[in-house]
Amino acid sequence: MVIERRWKKWLYFYIPLALFILFTLFPFYWMAVTAFRPDGELYRTWRQANATPFWTLAPTTEHFHGLLESTAFLRWLGNTMFIALASTAISLLCGLFAGYALSRLRFRGSEFLGTAIFITYLVPQTLLFIPLADIVRDMHLGNTPWSLILTYPTFLIPFCTWLLMGYFKTIPKELEECARIDGATRFGAMFRIIFPVAVPGILSAGIFAFTLSWNEFIYALVFLSSVEEKTVPVGVVSELIRGDIFFWGQLMAGALLGSVPVALVYSFFVEYYVAGMTGSVKG
Amino acid sequence: MLALALLAPAVVILVTFIAYPFVMAIWFSLTSIRVGDPGHFVGLANFTKAWEDSIFQTAFKNTVFYTFWATVFKLTLGMWLALLLNRHFRFKRIVRASMLLPFIIPTVLSAFAWRWMFDPTFSVVNWLLYHTGFIANRLPFLSNGDWAMWCAILVNTWRGMPFFAITLLAGLQTINPDLHEAAALDGANAWNRFWHVTWPLLLPVTLVVVVFSVIQTFSDFQLIYVLTGGGPANSTHLVATYAYQLGVGTGLLGEGAAISLFMFPVLFAVVWIQLKYLKRIEAA
Repeated sequence: MVIERRWKKWLYFYIPLALFILFTLFPFYWMAVTAFRPDGELYRTWRQANATPFWTLAPTTEHFHGLLESTAFLRWLGNTMFIALASTAISLLCGLFAGYALSRLRFRGSEFLGTAIFITYLVPQTLLFIPLADIVRDMHLGNTPWSLILTYPTFLIPFCTWLLMGYFKTIPKELEECARIDGATRFGAMFRIIFPVAVPGILSAGIFAFTLSWNEFIYALVFLSSVEEKTVPVGVVSELIRGDIFFWGQLMAGALLGSVPVALVYSFFVEYYVAGMTGSVKG
Repeated sequence: MLALALLAPAVVILVTFIAYPFVMAIWFSLTSIRVGDPGHFVGLANFTKAWEDSIFQTAFKNTVFYTFWATVFKLTLGMWLALLLNRHFRFKRIVRASMLLPFIIPTVLSAFAWRWMFDPTFSVVNWLLYHTGFIANRLPFLSNGDWAMWCAILVNTWRGMPFFAITLLAGLQTINPDLHEAAALDGANAWNRFWHVTWPLLLPVTLVVVVFSVIQTFSDFQLIYVLTGGGPANSTHLVATYAYQLGVGTGLLGEGAAISLFMFPVLFAVVWIQLKYLKRIEAA
C-alpha cells in the first residue's frame, strides 16, 4: 500500500469528498426544508436576519395539504406510475426478443440491424417532438397515456436490447443446447432456460428504463394537454406556477413527493441500477 | 423466420416512432406548415431564415458553449469523484448510492430546487454570502444572461457528474492494483500514476461516456426550460428550447422542425465517431 500522512488524507480525501457530498445533496435538503417551512418563514429576503436559516422550528404540512387539495397531484402520480410501468414492460418484452435474436440467431442483416438499433438509441427526443406530436394526434392518441406508453419505448427498447444482448452473450450456448437435446423447442428453451438465467440483466434493464420514463419531460409536455392526463413533471411545471407567481412551498412539496417513488425503487435496487447504467455505455 | 418474428415488435415501434417522424421532420422543415394550416413547399427558406435569425444564432452558440463547458466540468469532477470513491472508507456503499441521486430524480423537479436557490429575492446562496460578508449586493444568478448561462452549466454539471463518476468508477475497478504498486515502487507520484497508468487504461470508457453526455447535453431541453425559459431576453436559449418556442409556443411547425434539424449534423458526427471507435475496439 501507498502510505499517507494523516493531514494529507484529510486534505486529499476527506475534505474533497465532504464537499462533493454537500454539493450533491444540498439541493435535495433545501427542497425538503422548503416543503416543510411555513410561508411566513419562506419569504424572507436575502438581506433579512434569520435565526434558523437552514432548518425550521415550526415545521408544517400545509404545503402538502394545499398541493393535494388544489391540484390533481395524486392523479399525476398515478398517471406517471402507469405510464412508466407500461412502457417499461413493453420495452423489456421487445428488448428480450430482439436481444435474443441478435445475440443467438445468425441471419443475414443481423449486424446491420444491431447497428441500426444502436443508432436509434442515440436519437434525442428533442429532434423529433414536433412531427411526432402530429403523428400521435393522427393516430388519435393525443392527450392519452398511450401517446407516451408507445413513444417512450423508442428510447427504452434500444437500451434494453443492447444491455440484454450483452447479457445473453455471457450465457453459455451449451445450456440451451442441452435443453434442446432433452426435447425442448427453441421457444421452450428461450423461456424456460435463457430468460430465467438472465433475470439480473432483466432487472437492471427494467429499473433503468423505469427511471428514464419517470424522468421524461418533453414528449409528456407536448402530447398531453388536459390537467387530469398530465404526468408529475408536466403537472408541476404547468399547474403550480399561476401567472408569474411561484408557490414555492407547494412546488417543493410536489418535487419531493414526485421524487419519492423513483428514489424508493432506486434505493431497493441500487446494484442493479448501477449495473444497468454502466452496462448501457459498454454496449 | 424466427429471428424476424422476434425482431418485429421492436422494429415496428422504432420505425413508426423514430424513422417515420424523422422523414416527417425533414418534410415539415421544407414547408410552411403551421398549426391548422398544412402550408406548401418552400424549399430551404426555413433553414436560411433560421440561419439569419439573431435569436437562433445566439441559441446555437449557447448550445455549443453549454455542451463544451458542462462536459469539461462533468468529466473533471466526475473523474475526481470516481478516484475518491474508489478508495476504502466507512459508509462507502451509502455514499456511492446517494451520489447518484441527482441523476435519478426527475430533472424538472430538481431544477426547480435550483431555481428556488437562485431566486432573485429569496436566494439562500445570496443570503449566505451576504451574511458571511462576501458580497454587499446580491448576485444576479438568473436575471443576467451571462450569469444565467453559467448557472445552467453548473446545474447540468451537478446532474451529470454522478453518471460520469459511477461509470468511470466501474472502469477504475477493473484496473489491476499491482500496476499502481509497481509504478509507486518505481518512484512515480500520485499525479504521474494517474496520468500514465489510470488515464490510458480508462480512455475507452471515458470516450464512450463523453459521447453519451455530449449527445444528451447538446439536445438538452428541460433544464433550461425550467431554470430560465430561455430568458432573460432570449439570451439563454438552446437549440431545443428555441425549436419548442417556435414550433409549439408560436405554432410555426415548419420553422420549429428546421431548427431542431440543425442539431442533426452535430449529433450525426458524434455518433459516427462512436461507431468508428466501436468497430476499432471490436477489431482489436
